[in-house]
This record gives sequence, C-alpha cells and structure tokens, in this order.
Amino acid sequence: MFLCRGALARALRPPPRGRAQAGTLLQRWNVPPDLQLSRQVAGTGVPGEKGSNSVFVLIVGLSTLGAGAYVYKTLKENKERFTSRISSITTRSRDEEASPSAPGAHSKVPSHVPFLLIGGGTAAFAAARSIRARDPGARVLIVSEDPALPYMRPPLSKELWFSDDPDVTETLRFKQWNGKERSIYFQPPSFYVPVQDLPSVENGGVAVLCGKKVGTALAVVPTAFAKQSLGSKLVLNPWRCKVVHMDVRGNTVKLNDGTQISYDKCLIATGGTPRNLPAIERAGKDVQKRLTLFRKIEDFRSLEKISREVKSITIIGGGFLGSELACALGRRARTRGLEVIQLFPENGNMGKVLPEYLSNWTTEKVRREGVNVLPNAVVKSVSVSGNRLVIKLKDGRKVETDHIVAAVGLEPNVELAKSAGLEVDSDFGGFRVNAELQARSNIWVAGDAACFYDIKLGRRRVEHHDHAVVSGRLAGENMTGAAKPYWHQSMFWSDLGPNVGYEAIGLVDSSLPTVGVFAKATAKDTPKSATEQSGTGIRSESETEAEASEVHISQSSSPTPQVPKQGEDYGKGVIFYLRDKVVVGIVLWNIFNRMPIARKIIKDGEEHEDLNEVAKLFNIHED
Amino acid sequence: MSYCRQEDLSELLHLMSCMVGKDRIIFATKEDHETPSSAELVADDPDDPYEEQGLILPNGDINWNCPCLGGMASGPCGEQFKSAFSCFHYSTEEIKGSDCVDQFRAMQECMQKYPDLYPQEDENEEKSSKDLETTSEEASGAKEEKGSS
Repeated sequence: MFLCRGALARALRPPPRGRAQAGTLLQRWNVPPDLQLSRQVAGTGVPGEKGSNSVFVLIVGLSTLGAGAYVYKTLKENKERFTSRISSITTRSRDEEASPSAPGAHSKVPSHVPFLLIGGGTAAFAAARSIRARDPGARVLIVSEDPALPYMRPPLSKELWFSDDPDVTETLRFKQWNGKERSIYFQPPSFYVPVQDLPSVENGGVAVLCGKKVGTALAVVPTAFAKQSLGSKLVLNPWRCKVVHMDVRGNTVKLNDGTQISYDKCLIATGGTPRNLPAIERAGKDVQKRLTLFRKIEDFRSLEKISREVKSITIIGGGFLGSELACALGRRARTRGLEVIQLFPENGNMGKVLPEYLSNWTTEKVRREGVNVLPNAVVKSVSVSGNRLVIKLKDGRKVETDHIVAAVGLEPNVELAKSAGLEVDSDFGGFRVNAELQARSNIWVAGDAACFYDIKLGRRRVEHHDHAVVSGRLAGENMTGAAKPYWHQSMFWSDLGPNVGYEAIGLVDSSLPTVGVFAKATAKDTPKSATEQSGTGIRSESETEAEASEVHISQSSSPTPQVPKQGEDYGKGVIFYLRDKVVVGIVLWNIFNRMPIARKIIKDGEEHEDLNEVAKLFNIHED
Repeated sequence: MSYCRQEDLSELLHLMSCMVGKDRIIFATKEDHETPSSAELVADDPDDPYEEQGLILPNGDINWNCPCLGGMASGPCGEQFKSAFSCFHYSTEEIKGSDCVDQFRAMQECMQKYPDLYPQEDENEEKSSKDLETTSEEASGAKEEKGSS
C-alpha cells in the first residue's frame, strides 16, 4: 500500500508552474479519469469488511499502480523524444550552416550506388581499380574523410623528404633515384568522375566524395551563423565527408550531413588514426600545440614547415615510421643545424621487428644519420617551460625540445562497428573478417582496419602499404564475385637512409627465433641501386606482383672467398623467422628483387632442417 | 654478443655460425654458397585458382585485373581499351590486330580526352602499342610454356 501510494504520488506529481501560459501540449498533464476513479474507489474501501473486499482492493490497487507507472513512463518518453528531436534539429541546422558540403553535393549525391567504398586511402583505391577492371561499367563511390584524393603514404616519410624541389610540399611529386618522377596521388583528378555524374556516365567510373586535391584553392565559406558563433573568424571548410551510421539490414549508410546512400556491395577501408601517448594527452593544450601525429599529407606539410623553423625535434617511437622520420629529419639536421632526437622504450630501433643484434646495428646506423637516439626511454610526463617542451623520462632523464612527433602506433577506425553490428577483434583490433575479407553479406573490409584470417599464417592485422594494395584488390575481386581467400602474401619495406634498406614478408616479429645468413655488403648493395636496376620507384611495384615459379641456382664463376672478421658488418643477408621450424617470415637485408623466392618459401610452409641451404636460394653474394 | 667468435666456427660446415640468445647468425662466404641448394621447394600448380594470375588466365581469357596493366582497364577509357585489346588478343589475322583498327581508333579518341591520364598522344600511342606487343608476347610465351609442360 505504501508502494502504491508512492507510485500514485509520483504519477500525480503537480504539473510545473505556469503551465497554463508556457506549457506545451506535452508538458500539460491531465489526470486521466480512470486514475481518479480508482483512487476514489480505493479510498472508499471500508476496512473491516469481508476478505473478498480486500482482494478487490488489492486488484484495484495493483492495476492503479500499473496504470500509473505506464502513464508516467509514456509521458517521460514523450518528453525525452521531444527534447532529443528538438536538439537534433538544431544541431543539424547548425552543422549544415557551419559545414556545407561541396557545392551542390548535398543534393547531388546519388541515393544509390552499386559499389560503396568507405574510406579513400590505398585499400579503397586498389579495390576501386579491381572492381572497374572486372565489372564492365561499374559505378564506384568512394566516401573519404580526407579532403585529398587517394594517395600513397610511404613517400610522406621517405622520398618526399629527400626531394630537392623547393615546391615539394605543394606538388607532392618526388624524383626517384632512377630519375622517374611521380606524384603521390594514384591518379590525377581527371581520372575520377564528378559525383553527380556517377549514375549517368556512360561506362561508369569512380567518384570521390568529398575529395578535393589538396593544394588547390579551398572555398572560404563564411555563413551568418558561423560568424555569429565564432565572432569574426571565418570558417574554413575542408569539405569532409564521413559515414557516421551504417544499416546493415537495409544496406544503407548515413553521412555526417544526414545524406543517406544505399548500396549493393560495400567496402570498409577506414584505416586508422595515430595513437597518442597518455602522458601527452594529460599534458594540456600548450603541449598539444607542439605535437604532430603523423599520417596524412597535412601532417607532412606542417612538419616540413616546422622543421625549418625550430631548433630541436624529438620523435617518440622506434618503429618503422619513427625511424624513417628520424632519418629523414636527421639528414636535414646536418644542413640546417636542426637537433633530432629519437626516444623509445625498446633497446634499439625496430626492436620489435629485427633480432637484437641487427636492431643494435641499425641503431648505430640511425645515429650516423645524425640522430641522437635514446633507447630504453619511457616518457613519464611532458610540460612546457619557457618556450620549450620538457620531456621527463621514467629513469629521471630530461629531454628539452621544441616539437614532438609521436609515432607510437595506429588505432584502427572501427566506429562504424557499433551501428553496423560488426565484430571487432579483441586481440589485434580492427573489424574481424574471414579469409575472404568478408564481415557480413555485402560487406568487406580491407587495409589497416581489417583483422583477417591468413590461411598460412593465422589471424592477423597488417598495417603496411602493400597489404593495403593486396587486400584492397582482393576485396574488389570478391565484391565482384571471385570468392578468393587471402593467399598472395604482401610484403613491406623500409629504408633507413640511402645505405640501409630491407624488404620483408610474413610474420616478422623479433620474439620469434631467427636464423640470419649474412655476406659482406659491397657498394652495389644499397636501396639506391635496387630501384635503378628494377626501373621502378616504389619497390612494392616491382616486388609485389611476381612469384617465382622456377628458382634458378646460378653457378658462380671464380670464387674469391672472403671470410668475415670478428665484429663484421651485417652488410647484406637474409633472416628467417621461425615458428616450429617452419619459416613464417623473411627479411631481405640490403638484397633486393628476391621477394618472389621469399614469397614462395613462406607459401610452401615446409620444415627446413638447414636454413643455410634455403639461404643459398637467395644468392646473397650476387648483385 | 652481437658478433661471432672464431671459437664458434663449425668444423663440419666451414661456416661461421653462433647463437645469440634465440637467434642464430651465420656468416657465409661465396664459396660456402656455391654448391647447389639442397632445400626442397614444393612444385607449383599453374592452375591454382587462388594464385595471382598473370595477364592470361588458364582458360585463355585476359586477366583485366593484372597489375601489369596498371590502370588501363579501369580508367575512363577502360572499356575502349578492353575491346581493343580483346580484339587484338583473339585476332587470327596474319598481321595480328589488323582487323581491330576501329577499336584502337576509339580507344585513341577516348584517351585524347584525358591528356594527363594518358600523357601525350604520340608517346601514348607508342607506349600503348609497345605495351600491347610486350604483354602479348609475354602472354603467348607463357601460353607456349604451359602448352609444352
């Protein structure tokens, strides 16, 4: 009874004051007649009457309670729905005014596309190309958050830094060592079809929403609303398009401006976002202003500018990106008096990839490129002092610098998993897909964001350029009916300056037992000469496609034995990574154009007793 | 220790080899690698459907997704390129492709509309015809090999 009364009391809460004037329909609250009746009825129950009366009272009381609770719930829901609707309308109108899409894009985005690719990076472009090659007249829409048209990332931390062109940050073209020049963009803008023409263009094509080649003039759109809310600051809108919601059952997606697009087949190639150190996130705005998280063209441009303005840059992270940037900046250090520091927790550069002896050797090489390398360094805190940053390490050391570049890993972009109901892998991160890169019917995932099943090497997620190309191409094939599993092993490469370079394939994890077979390097064995020989600029172009069907063992002419001395350089060689005596990963150290053989060995998955015999297949002494 | 000491020389193999923790390091001279390898490789199945195919598929069709074609089959002039190259590939004329002039002309016309994609007419003409020659040579070469094996 007490409870009942309480519920009744809640249900009968007096309506807010002034409802007669200000109240809307939903806020006005009328006591429903049945409640009044039941109240009266309950009230008139005379105590002391027979049992049937008390049962009757109980029934009435319970139903009152139920009715009251139902009424209260309905009213509350109505109110919530109302307020949320009002707020969504206001935010939508605010968003629309503050961030208008590309002129006319909002109205001219096709409502349906046969092939929808979410993300506009390497994997998406490779998929688009694959779809167009296999499906005549295919219409492909790429929705990309990056305002730039699809481009390749490796030169952003390598070749572009070595360019002699003073306009390189604008043109984004680089002359390779073989003399061939190319742009980082996969295709010039004329390759793409305008979005509004996509449904009607005769032979189909690829359209990018809202891609705009960075470097051309961006429209400045000051709107009345924006001016109001941001004072006199003009709103520069980079025309970003983002898929924010995915309805898997209805085969539709929703963009950030509310546009809905339905699809037949969809690829998620959203890539990842650079991770940040917790110590830096805690540190506040003054530190964040002096931080670069390197991934995109705009990051390259801003870091390039900063490298000309500051006296000291510190790179946190000792992996591929960190080491490449350190070497690239180190080169500038010598010519411009810039101090370059690199610090990381491992014992040496590439500590998680290369066996310890090689990681130590690599660290020395990086030092010789002009970088002050601090291994075994864990960042405790970062603060601003004067106009400089002070990084405090856990072992007590302090590093003073002007700017920080954090290269501490990539967080896969899996926000869509929630609305789409897709599985996210807990071990590797990323969307979980099968061996054919499929997440659900009509949905595939490729590139950095895909955690896939590799038939040979097991479940993994790979963050390399060639993998994005291979997986994107495979996803495109499967989206056009091929049903092929991940089979063609992707490779990766890295250069640490012009004199040390390596290519690798498979699982290259320094925690695995390794066998390294080395010979002494000659002047001919450098990345520079590799590209000259193969005639291509990006090594993956020459290495990716071929696989050795026959392996030629050439007979060498007159041998000139050179027994390496103590403490010898690890000039060139091949390193095998083993899992239960089976080779699962191979690093080609300063030897090039042998990836097909490496790929074959991993594909075979055989147990080899003597890896020196396997090493012979690589002709490491040959040019 | 990140280098191998003389004491660790393996008598049998005449190779310098040692273990640094779990990692084995072998220094091999040119002489050491002269003898043919005893490592066995698994024979390849040329008709493996999973493998990345070359320009010509096992059934004789053209693999438009071959990376060797670059973006030719997928660009705005992709359809024209495909019809011209298909015609050339299946042509049984004495001068191969002489019956495909129309398709090639259509392709050229299309490519002229996109000068920065298909750079410079003359260069492109040379390049595309040279590409077609070399790719078809490779293709016929590959076919012959397969036929004889």
